[in-house]
Amino acid sequence: MIKKKKTNLLDRFFKSNDPGSIEDNSLRKDMLQDTPYDNESMTKIDQTIKSRFIGSKRNWVQRLKSGLAKTSASLSEGISQVFAKRQLDSESFEDLEDLLIQADLGIETTARIVDHLSSNRYDKTISPKEVLEVLANEIEIILEPVAQKLDIVASRKPHVILVVGVNGTGKTTTIGKLAAKYCSEGRKVLLVAGDTFRAAAIEQLQIWGDRVGCEVAHRNAGADSASLGFDALTKAKEQNIDILMMDTAGRLHNKKELMDELGKIIRVIRKVDATAPHDVLLVVDATTGQNALRQVEAFRDRAGITGLIMTKLDGTASGGIIVAIAAQYGIPVHAIGVGEGVEDLAPFDAKEFALAIAQPKNIELDNSDTH
Amino acid sequence: MFETLSGRLSGILDTLTRRGSLSENDVTTAMREIRRALLEADVALEVVRQFVEVIKEKAVGSSVIKSVTPGQMVIKIVHDELVQVLGSESQSIDLSYSPPVPILMVGLQGSGKTTSTAKIAKRLTDRDKKKVLMVSLDTQRPAAQEQLKVLGEQINIATLPVISGQTPIQIAKRAMDTAKLGSFDIAIIDTAGRMTVDNDLMQEIVEIKSCIKPKETLLVADSLTGQDAVNTAKSFESHIGITGIMLTRIDGDGRGGAALSMRAITDRPIKLLGTGEKWDDIEDFHPKRMASRILGMGDVVSLVERASETIDALEAKKIATKIKKGIFDLNDLAGQLKQMQQLGGMTGVLGMMPGISKIKSQIADANLDDNLLKRQHAIISSMTKEERVNSKIINGKRRRRIALGSGTKVQDVNKLLKTHRQMADMMKKMGKDKSMLGQMVDKLGLNSSPIPTNTSSTHSGILSGIAKAENSLSVKTLSGLPSHGGKEKHSSNIGYGKLPGLGGASLKSSTSGYKDLFSRFSNNIKKKGN
Repeated sequence: MIKKKKTNLLDRFFKSNDPGSIEDNSLRKDMLQDTPYDNESMTKIDQTIKSRFIGSKRNWVQRLKSGLAKTSASLSEGISQVFAKRQLDSESFEDLEDLLIQADLGIETTARIVDHLSSNRYDKTISPKEVLEVLANEIEIILEPVAQKLDIVASRKPHVILVVGVNGTGKTTTIGKLAAKYCSEGRKVLLVAGDTFRAAAIEQLQIWGDRVGCEVAHRNAGADSASLGFDALTKAKEQNIDILMMDTAGRLHNKKELMDELGKIIRVIRKVDATAPHDVLLVVDATTGQNALRQVEAFRDRAGITGLIMTKLDGTASGGIIVAIAAQYGIPVHAIGVGEGVEDLAPFDAKEFALAIAQPKNIELDNSDTH
Repeated sequence: MFETLSGRLSGILDTLTRRGSLSENDVTTAMREIRRALLEADVALEVVRQFVEVIKEKAVGSSVIKSVTPGQMVIKIVHDELVQVLGSESQSIDLSYSPPVPILMVGLQGSGKTTSTAKIAKRLTDRDKKKVLMVSLDTQRPAAQEQLKVLGEQINIATLPVISGQTPIQIAKRAMDTAKLGSFDIAIIDTAGRMTVDNDLMQEIVEIKSCIKPKETLLVADSLTGQDAVNTAKSFESHIGITGIMLTRIDGDGRGGAALSMRAITDRPIKLLGTGEKWDDIEDFHPKRMASRILGMGDVVSLVERASETIDALEAKKIATKIKKGIFDLNDLAGQLKQMQQLGGMTGVLGMMPGISKIKSQIADANLDDNLLKRQHAIISSMTKEERVNSKIINGKRRRRIALGSGTKVQDVNKLLKTHRQMADMMKKMGKDKSMLGQMVDKLGLNSSPIPTNTSSTHSGILSGIAKAENSLSVKTLSGLPSHGGKEKHSSNIGYGKLPGLGGASLKSSTSGYKDLFSRFSNNIKKKGN
């Protein structure tokens, strides 16, 4: 029985990760047979690229859901499998634990949720739907207190936001999206290209500045970003800027010197405005595993982060780690990134997120009820 | 990476080793903990399941429980299984095709494709003497092509000129033409980061692939990735078909579960590791050594290799000759310190030493490592040329000046001089010594060819080194014997001397470093104890 169930689970896992594989395969075959240079495929690609640059108009909830669909599908399929017509016993709880771990919720958070589930439902028959409801509820309870909007205080001129994070999490892109949002609200925004280390990081922010129509303070590559921050903030005060957003170079949280440098940037900025930075945002990649907890801890201790933004939720990653972060550190989550376009930054909504993880619309839950 | 995982695993296995006999229950408990440790290290669930099942099956077998050292047997089984999962043979990039050989880099956004492209290009240029062209097809992210261009200028490697408005396919085609016309050996094609659920972009990369027909398609993946590593690896493998994996950000404190998962899921080898922000922070992946590192067994072979890569053979030869004559002045010591830093500082070297994993974090906390080397270097830099050659003339007045100049205290200067004097004595002795150690100097220092790692003789040498090191490290140093007493140090010196074989000369620096480090370290422990 156990053996059989396990292979089933594995099978499901493999399958569920490849929905529409038949379609893809046929596509691929076509592709290989096509000569890649004919005009038709060229225009097709042109269009794709164009549409990506313009930015899809799809609702972010849809994007998030389609992104999370895979994880959720496998999660809830698995849950249906585990609880279908069977009483809750320690073994099924263990299976549920595994499923949550697979969504990157982490062992501690998983244990907490499963404990809660088991406390009053032991040895009762329970439907998969119920389990998912309770699960969504539990996740929502954890996420509710951290779902907070990023408050810009208008009286602060400027409101200083420092954006930090590990390499490649999407800091610059996130700044671009935030800038677009604030500019469209009619605020005066100054971006500071504080990543003077990575090649072309300054140019990247400048392009975003052009796109959304706001000024970018910058210096040459290799310049001291703390002193750049000082000058930019001084200038922002003179020009009556509303929001100053400073990019920083990506750094691994276990590199002492690089973390010290962040401390220096903050110290130097405070020479101009003792209350700055008003927000220090940590950008976390949704594909990151349990290491994200360490990132949060290190950046909290060394840079005093005030909030999180989770990016890349449009991929296969579930972002379940955010539940673990919320449970352990309770740091506010301000927004989530669901794509590369200007509009692909959504406010973080606990309920939506919990539902997207636990109860996606497109799964065959109803079927399993009717079994 | 792998530090916490290795700490956890060796802890779990330690409890097994201490027992005389093992019951099935013992094994089951240990397996449950191993399972948890692996899950916490972000190893994918399905991989963990298989892994634990196999180990349990083998470990519960009667041969283990009845064997004389059941704990050791279990460790061996875990080790073998780790090697199995990580891939038993190391594989490097395959270049055996008619040029230009196209290499395609793919991966999620922000996994480090562009940086890895530059690192690989630099390595192939410097080490394999290939003419490399780098090309960026990333028209998605702002300034991405610019980034590769700047990198190319920094490391002096050709990049394809950027023509704005071209589609990735057009650029790819132009790249292959340019590579052919310019008689490049290798063309490394960097692509835009893409989500595997993004059908348009996945379709695009399939077209790119069929256009350039790459010999290698490398999936660049972040070693900090969680359970999603499985999805990513699987979809890239099924959509485009990859030939290998490059893991980046190995220098983070991730537990490296992604490495285990990706290899197991795709059955494609991990070929390269990105280990830092500098251009030469790239390493080949060696499953066996990695398995040893995970289990806290050290990775001496990699250490030796890294040493032979970073240490100038000529320099080593020069110093070895000097040692033969029994001369070792402060210039030489400075050279040693520099090499030590090149090897990745104290922490870098320690990470590869056997039996260190348990105390390593404490050493890192104390942050003795790099400061110590830097300070010592500063002291020597504050000496005059004459003083460096002839340390005997350094009197009290000079010491005060040196301390002032280097921002240290006179005591520090004294300590350094004392260390140097002892090392010089050692050198003198070794120069005359025709025993094992003397021969080691001959072999490693005077032999300028790269150190062979597969010959049995080297292996046995290293193994005996490990044995000795384990003796002198874990047993002696931890029992808190830090005293700067001459004889004791001597014996531990010899233990190390044999060990890494850092090109004859540098093994001396490591010994002095360790000595000093360990004495401080155990002093620290003592203080804490009080």
